[in-house]
Amino acid sequence: MLKGRHLIEPEDFTKEELDEIFTLANSIIENQNMYLHSCDGKLLATLFYEPSTRTRFSFESAMLRLGGNVVGFSEPGSSSVMKGESIADTIRTVGSYTDIIAMRHPKEGAPKLASMYSPVPIINAGDGGHQHPTQTLTDLLTIQNIKGNFSNLTIGLCGDLKFGRTVHSLIKALSRYENNSFILISPQELRIPPYIKNVLDDKNIKYIEVEKLEDVIGDLDILYMTRVQKERFFNEADYIRLKDSYILDSEKMKLAKEDLTVLHPLPRVNEISYEVDNDPRACYFRQVKFGMYVRMALILKLLGVE
Amino acid sequence: MLNIDSIANGIVIDHIKVGYGFKIFNYLGLDKADYRVALIMNVPSKKYGKKDLIKIENVMDLDLTMLGFIDPNITIAIIEDEKIKEKIHLSLPKKIENVIECKNPRCVTSIERNIVHKFVLVDEEKGIYKCEYCDHNYDGWEG
Repeated sequence: MLKGRHLIEPEDFTKEELDEIFTLANSIIENQNMYLHSCDGKLLATLFYEPSTRTRFSFESAMLRLGGNVVGFSEPGSSSVMKGESIADTIRTVGSYTDIIAMRHPKEGAPKLASMYSPVPIINAGDGGHQHPTQTLTDLLTIQNIKGNFSNLTIGLCGDLKFGRTVHSLIKALSRYENNSFILISPQELRIPPYIKNVLDDKNIKYIEVEKLEDVIGDLDILYMTRVQKERFFNEADYIRLKDSYILDSEKMKLAKEDLTVLHPLPRVNEISYEVDNDPRACYFRQVKFGMYVRMALILKLLGVE
Repeated sequence: MLNIDSIANGIVIDHIKVGYGFKIFNYLGLDKADYRVALIMNVPSKKYGKKDLIKIENVMDLDLTMLGFIDPNITIAIIEDEKIKEKIHLSLPKKIENVIECKNPRCVTSIERNIVHKFVLVDEEKGIYKCEYCDHNYDGWEG
């Protein structure tokens, strides 16, 4: 039963509960008209304590497409936060006006704190470098729709694997399904943190760590790209030596399988060349749309409306 | 051998890890006590080689959660009429509230007023706690 629950981190829901959400999301994709008035009279609050156009638009579009309405702020400067109001007080107030709250905050754990005071469901829309569970739901729905299931996949994750929260959540989520293996492609400085390796080790899941994308791209079923920022490198020489390894272009795509799926949480900067956009294996803009559908399904489930 | 009188009524905190006796002495505010208190350090111990020990000739409330967090191997003996009335073995508490604060500068606890600092035990063997808000690990009391 998902009605009235909060979503703070991807593990808050069981595999079965995630399946419920994906089934509903697929039903919405097939017949959007059926859900046009599902949330009539319902109000979503989007409390964005730091700017994030993409995620906020996704939540707001999701609610509006369900017939509901939206209130909120897109930066704390235009809210009572500037007057020094605590998160607990803001949430108790907003929770009295609205039916469900999507919250983004630069401080880690802020949505968890909010969930302790909120009379309505809280959805974590990203808390600093910590969790971004609706991105994980988005990634999973995309994979399910394109690959058909979440098992027997070789997943490559490329770029900043140390600080990339979407990468950590996705590895944890896919490690719950059978017979997946991971190829972790990053410079030495940006390798996956030990606690994620522990998750894989504990479950006896196969993974290797490599430095160059071109060496392994031919083995992958899914390639999840993330941005590598120059300032994350310890020295300029390593950056120059490795930077092109983390840029996906047509040359590297020639080495990949025909049914590779390329994903990216977006926004991209230069880690995927524009020439790749026309390749049918580039699925990152489809992924964005799945993000809206999965948020529609999530809102319906947490409100208990279907 | 150093001789310390036995106490008639009070508390003996025994099997304290060497070096932690003084921390617990301070934590309990025993420097301000107006009753008899003995802190004995580096006492020979069969079990640990050496230990610290505190004798308090007074009946007082002890926060067993906090003491268990500082040193889970402590034993506490309640003395009445020169006899041990009760012996309490401590362990690491599963949850602690407002005992320690998260060291992660990005944690919400660094900005929210009146927040309850909550930690859960994630590794009993190594004594590692995790902040319930940001999941940041906290390993060891530095009080």
